Amino acid sequence: MAGVTWRRITLGVAVVYFLVPLAIAVWFTVYNESQGFSLGAYGRIVSAPGFGESLLKSLLLGAAVIVLVLLLALPALLAVRLGAPGLRPVLETITTLPLIVPPITYVVGIANALRGGTDALAATPFWQTLISIQDEDFPVVLVLAYVMLALPFAYRSLDTGLRAIDVRTLVEAARNLGASWPYVLFRVILPNLRSAVASAGFLSLALVMGEYTIAALMGYRTFPVWIVTISGNDGQLSVALSVLSLGLIWLLLLTLSGAGRKAK
Amino acid sequence: MTVEFRELRRSFGGTVALDGLSLKIEQGELIALLGPSGCGKTTALRCVAGFERPDTGAVFIDGADVTRVPANRRDAGMVFQSYSLFPNLNVRDNVAFGLRVRRRPTSERHDRAAELLELVGLGGFGERYPHQLSGGQQQRVALARALALQPKVLLLDEPLSALDAKVRVSLREEIRRLQLELGITTIFVTHDQEEALSVADRVAVLKSGRLEQVGSPAEVYDRPSTPFVAEFVGTMNHLPGRVTGSTVEVFGQILPLDGTAPGEEVDVLVRPEAVRVTPSEDGHGFILASSFRGSIARLRVQLDGGGEVLADVPGHEAVRLAPGLKVDVTLVERPVLTAERTAVAAPVEPVG
Repeated sequence: MAGVTWRRITLGVAVVYFLVPLAIAVWFTVYNESQGFSLGAYGRIVSAPGFGESLLKSLLLGAAVIVLVLLLALPALLAVRLGAPGLRPVLETITTLPLIVPPITYVVGIANALRGGTDALAATPFWQTLISIQDEDFPVVLVLAYVMLALPFAYRSLDTGLRAIDVRTLVEAARNLGASWPYVLFRVILPNLRSAVASAGFLSLALVMGEYTIAALMGYRTFPVWIVTISGNDGQLSVALSVLSLGLIWLLLLTLSGAGRKAK
Repeated sequence: MTVEFRELRRSFGGTVALDGLSLKIEQGELIALLGPSGCGKTTALRCVAGFERPDTGAVFIDGADVTRVPANRRDAGMVFQSYSLFPNLNVRDNVAFGLRVRRRPTSERHDRAAELLELVGLGGFGERYPHQLSGGQQQRVALARALALQPKVLLLDEPLSALDAKVRVSLREEIRRLQLELGITTIFVTHDQEEALSVADRVAVLKSGRLEQVGSPAEVYDRPSTPFVAEFVGTMNHLPGRVTGSTVEVFGQILPLDGTAPGEEVDVLVRPEAVRVTPSEDGHGFILASSFRGSIARLRVQLDGGGEVLADVPGHEAVRLAPGLKVDVTLVERPVLTAERTAVAAPVEPVG
């Protein structure tokens, strides 16, 4: 009985802690003393210049980051697990590094690399490549930076997923039955890692949808950057934006985790 | 289809797993690779499957050198020690996995899966998922899956070791029945000597990556060619003996020597079933313990001069030969193997 009571109290405190500010925020966006109840703030978001554009850009970046981080982390994890278990601590350390280095350092590093690269490659065909990865509409350089940031989360999710299955035996059984390596990866390992892949995916997405420092300092107008720019002089609008983006990310995460759960 | 190991060598770091293993497995034969853990039996099997590449030497399947052929292009079906069914696929799709990889039509896949499930006694289980099956059933499905592609060779890597005793016995008999029915060349890796002796056409005993002896189960059991084989296969008594010429004296009996003796003072190796125990008031030993095993009873006899002997007597004599009884111990008259004298002359029971 005491357990149940405690559980209720804890739950109650958590609900108050998380939901009360949220409810107040929502209230603030729909009610003001002079106009009374109105959804005007939300209407202003949709009509604000750059909303769709920046949201789409961030979603595309998110998708690219998910694909790239999975393509990078999964084969590496499998290779280490099957071929060189001794290297596991090394891989673990490397994937932890992005958590330790502050984002501002990345910006400085990337900016320097780009500047140096521009000078060095000016006379070569690669110069064009360097320019195109900085394209304002789809900044590949930002994808690369976000992949670095997402790596620790993706690595840990996938590692947990791989721990739950007997990777070696499954791989060997599939190879024994004639499966090529890509077939093993996509038809044997991935289907058994769905929830781990989904959680790696949504952590990466949440990261991209919330990252401000790197994008802002490098001058790209992603969704979080747009939110800050647009809401500077309209308090109600800025809170409405936060509520909306929270709801949006929530929706995406639910979709992703639903996709992961269906496999079970 | 024959399988041949030719001078296989493989080491992992400083550990030598295979040390020049050569062995030829004949068409349609079931051979058991038997040995303690670390003897190289699994490594040898994995060389046939293509999961290990020997440092030197070669593996031949049906006369063709497959040493460098990737695992997915070898014609060898394998059943693993651990449960290896794909958890996301139902039983039917597991069995048909190899056919799916080869892009066979759905109808053919389903027919073949149904046929094989029937063969392993699991008809009607096609829609279940691996986690809904018992260990024994999972290994049956794994067997069906390995056979679905009609491989040239069947590789069994301790497929029964995760199962409980009763299932183990019935499944090994079923594997043997299937193997005879299909006439498929089979390599069965095991550390369980009883398992090896009961299903194999020939038993190959391995030690430290080398072949100690290969022969029919009866041959390996009755005429072990080395003391290691003698001790690993079955239970063996070590009795102190003295060699003179081609005979050895043990317990006052003179027995002919099998092979050569390593010295004058030796251990004579005698199976418990070659030891006779008779009740006698002035006998030179007494029964220390008796363990009844149904058809036989195994007695532990304490000798007056120190040391113990294990003896197997028919089960129905267990009542008469109770612990505490004074007895005489004699040996069946037949050639005996000898080994170097060990410090303590105690019987050695095999593991597993």
